[in-house]
Amino acid sequence: MPHIPLPESQPGIRGAMSFRPETARPLNDLVEVLLRAPNSLSPGERELIATYVSYLNDCHYCQSIHGAVAAAHLDGDEELVRRVKTDFQYASISEKMKALLVIASKVQCGGKHVTTEDVVHARNLGATDVEIHDTVLIAAAFCMYNRYVDGLATVQPRDEAMYRERGKMVARDGYVNVSKTYLPAEPEKR
Amino acid sequence: MAHIALPEDMPGISSAFAFRPETAKPMRELAHVLLHEHNSLTPGERELIATYVSSQNDCYFCQTSHGAAAACHLGGDEVVRLVKADYESAPVSPKLKALLAIAGKVQCDGKLVTAEDVERARREGASDVEIHDTVLIAAAFCMYNRYVDGLDTWQPRENGMYAQMGQHLAEHGYLKSSR
Repeated sequence: MPHIPLPESQPGIRGAMSFRPETARPLNDLVEVLLRAPNSLSPGERELIATYVSYLNDCHYCQSIHGAVAAAHLDGDEELVRRVKTDFQYASISEKMKALLVIASKVQCGGKHVTTEDVVHARNLGATDVEIHDTVLIAAAFCMYNRYVDGLATVQPRDEAMYRERGKMVARDGYVNVSKTYLPAEPEKR
Repeated sequence: MAHIALPEDMPGISSAFAFRPETAKPMRELAHVLLHEHNSLTPGERELIATYVSSQNDCYFCQTSHGAAAACHLGGDEVVRLVKADYESAPVSPKLKALLAIAGKVQCDGKLVTAEDVERARREGASDVEIHDTVLIAAAFCMYNRYVDGLDTWQPRENGMYAQMGQHLAEHGYLKSSR
């Protein structure tokens, strides 16, 4: 049972966001920019970083939903998502992505773990400053989302089919659009 | 030197915000709602939670700038120092102590927060929104701290600058740059 009364029909972060729409809006805007806005890293690659960090933080809801969104972007390749979580050095992703995942895993432990060598390595494999920046911030942001979801003891269903369907919907419509189905309408801006 | 080419004359998170305005906007808005907008927890109490979590994460820039904002709200930095060192014996309310205990758990891992921790906070008068906001402030500073340290931003050891920044944050909040 969640630590505070969250709407029962909404699992994971959606329950927390429905409870507090004022903080939900910037949280959704941030994830939309980081994972979906035009970027030289594909949405699938960025979702893999989010999934990997959520896996390291052992957050069931986040790793399942972002893993499902990643798979939806990557032609339904759930095996690749599993491989990235457990053993990314041997997954069929680019060498640049592997270097960025190393940086993400350091950030997950603590920002100061990222070394100049980690960054030079990523740069030698073609990573740009924006890609390195975004990798650091995706990893940092999922250290927030994961703690938010687990810290309130939100409901986290063990139902792969639910995540798969939801993942397809988010991959298609985006975080901000989907959030309109569970957040109250935004007051009109004048 | 920072890991990527950040504007050189800007300290800490300001340089990262200037480098990437697209992500800065929602990050500023989140901090503004959590720390500055009206709430049954005072801005000073919320800045203390942010400062405590940043100190547990050993982020110099964040604990110093938010500590300065807290000091500005609370009329002095003694309580800030005491909360960082040992909040259970610091001169803050029993409710804030219970909320800091929750924040400390979230800083390590959200799953460490127990029903007993939440029960203690509730017994001391914490509302559901206050418990929610404490969890999210602690979680959010696990992001801000990692962002600031993960890019190896410039974090000057210069108290005057932080005092000025703290005053700006306390008075104007987080939506616009203090520089």
